[in-house]
Amino acid sequence: MKKDIILCGVGGQGILSIATVIGEAATAAGLFLKQAEVHGMSQRGGDVQSNLRLSNEVIYSDLIPMGSVDLIISMEPMEALRYLPYLSRTGRVVTSAKPFVNIPDYPDHDALMAELDSLPDVVKLDIEDAARACGNPKGANMVLLGMAAPAIGILSAEELRAAIGRVFARKGDAIVEANCKAFDLGCEAGLKK
Amino acid sequence: MSEKRLLLGDEAVALGALHAGLSGVYSYPGTPSTEVTEFIQNFAPQVRSRWCTNEKTAMEAALGMSYAGKRALVCMKHVGMNVCADAFVNSAVTGVNGGLVVLAADDPSMHSSQNEQDSRFYAQFAMVPVFEPSDQQEAYDMIREAFTLSEELGLPVLFRVVTRLAHSRAAVLIGEGVEQNAMNPSNDRGWVLLPAIARRQYLKLIDKQPLMLEASERTPHNSLEGTGRRGVIACGIGYNYVKEAGAQDITILKVSQYPLPEAQIKALAARCDSILVVEDGQPVVEQGVKALLGAGYPVEGRLTCKLPRTGELTPDNVAAALGVPASRAFGTAQNLAPRPPQLCPGCGHRDVYAALNQVVAEYPGARIFGDIGCYTLGALPPFRALASCVDMGASITMAKGAADAGLFPAIAVIGDSTFTHSGMTGLLDAVNDHSRITVIISDNLTTAMTGGQDSAGTSKFEAICLGLGVEPEHVRVVVPLPANMPEITRIIREEIEYDGVSVIIPRRECMQTLRRHKK
Repeated sequence: MKKDIILCGVGGQGILSIATVIGEAATAAGLFLKQAEVHGMSQRGGDVQSNLRLSNEVIYSDLIPMGSVDLIISMEPMEALRYLPYLSRTGRVVTSAKPFVNIPDYPDHDALMAELDSLPDVVKLDIEDAARACGNPKGANMVLLGMAAPAIGILSAEELRAAIGRVFARKGDAIVEANCKAFDLGCEAGLKK
Repeated sequence: MSEKRLLLGDEAVALGALHAGLSGVYSYPGTPSTEVTEFIQNFAPQVRSRWCTNEKTAMEAALGMSYAGKRALVCMKHVGMNVCADAFVNSAVTGVNGGLVVLAADDPSMHSSQNEQDSRFYAQFAMVPVFEPSDQQEAYDMIREAFTLSEELGLPVLFRVVTRLAHSRAAVLIGEGVEQNAMNPSNDRGWVLLPAIARRQYLKLIDKQPLMLEASERTPHNSLEGTGRRGVIACGIGYNYVKEAGAQDITILKVSQYPLPEAQIKALAARCDSILVVEDGQPVVEQGVKALLGAGYPVEGRLTCKLPRTGELTPDNVAAALGVPASRAFGTAQNLAPRPPQLCPGCGHRDVYAALNQVVAEYPGARIFGDIGCYTLGALPPFRALASCVDMGASITMAKGAADAGLFPAIAVIGDSTFTHSGMTGLLDAVNDHSRITVIISDNLTTAMTGGQDSAGTSKFEAICLGLGVEPEHVRVVVPLPANMPEITRIIREEIEYDGVSVIIPRRECMQTLRRHKK
């Protein structure tokens, strides 16, 4: 079994924390993993992505071939669309519903949402609202991870939740608990799909 | 004892070097090489690791450490090789004492760079071995071997990684470290490259070439696999993309160490009808293989456009070159706009460009010459302020040359770290020539673009400019904030009107490091 994931968003939105949690869970589960990140200039408010590959077998390429991504996890709706050529026919898109507009020619909101909704398998939610609603305004990325959890498959929600505990342990119990709560809320939204 | 750790390619290099008994790392930050030195700074306080002023000072200091008998590592991005080339090429002529490895992180596709030059050419030119790992595990294993080979041959070894290995994580099986070398300074006269000695040293370097070739032939990192009639030479991470494509009718020669293993290439050619060269960067190997096999043997690669002439390898372009069909479900989205990087909200460079644009609007002939750093983003909307960005330090010297030609006003914008890297010498030229230029040293107290490393000149800029001979009344310091706009624009106007060299230093901490310091 293998799972090819693209994590994406805008520089500074915290996609690497999501990658760190999945990476920690995968390592604990003894899976093979490759995770290509973007460092450098793009992190200044530009588009960023991480190719994350999990498998029971040896993984060769650090990058995922086009047309074979199982799951796009995006902190921003237009950024989710940027990687569409990589998505497989049966792939799922899990995305924040709220645009991050820092460019003058951002697409029309309704047209963007319509294009997202036209995809065969999409889960979207205003993750910042959801994070605020559960009292963890900085936890939007954990809500998103929760939404994606049912589709990750090769790792269970329990394994991911345990990884959150280990990754954020040095920030204290309160942060771990708040992030787990955000994650659980996301899981519910992901399962309703 | 061994354990597995999840490491970036850069981190695997760093840990491997530490386990090889490294005594010092000498580097200037540059994407995608920066994380090697940061890892050593964070985890190995016993190793000398402070950032250097530029790649040349780094290379020379590392050579000094090697002279004294200890193992040293130099790290830089590919264009840093241009800066240290004098020291690098001559270090092959002097030879080394303690192991000396030069890590060059190439950036095909120019994710964070101004060109995609291939560092393997530098090694060919200097006639030293190259190691090019295909994955994180080889990065760890091979850097250890690179130090050993460096000491065996008495030569520096170039260690080449590319962005996709440098910045990708995987589990690495790590072993135990060895002790640092004891101090053992060289007594060899070969270090004194006077012509008579240099001629002897150069012959020694020529004599080492067969030994380098023998090392390439025997290393397990260069190996043949498969029995197909189509030959593939897969270099560095190119190997992964070839394996990913899964073609069954091929024989692969994996190449991770140079000079090219000629016997293995000839063996591959004999077993196959043709050879495809899969290499990231420029067609170094393709040229070498063509020369080795002669015009009659069909060799394909980037030069024959079987693979794209520019840009990095991907699993897709390698699969296409191997004739493996692609399966795409979705095309490019309709509602999509580019999202280029931009200066952070609240960044002091923004205020510098706002002020410059306001003043420059009054001078139709004005040009602002840019440099390398976050502030290069001032070339993009909304500022569109820069006329050029070429290489580290070129803002000052290009402004000077343009002023020499009569251009007025000629303005240079350079960051604090770039100024000490390569701007100071150009400023001295301008002072000696009494050139009419206005230099803006936009000082955010850090090397921001690469993630906020210490900047070599912090708190020394006024003293440096005065020491180089800029007149005290024309070294002006301002705080770049919207509230200070009237003062900043007035000072820029005054200094543009001065017929000589002026330096204006807008100084305010980088927003990224400020946020980190507040935590």
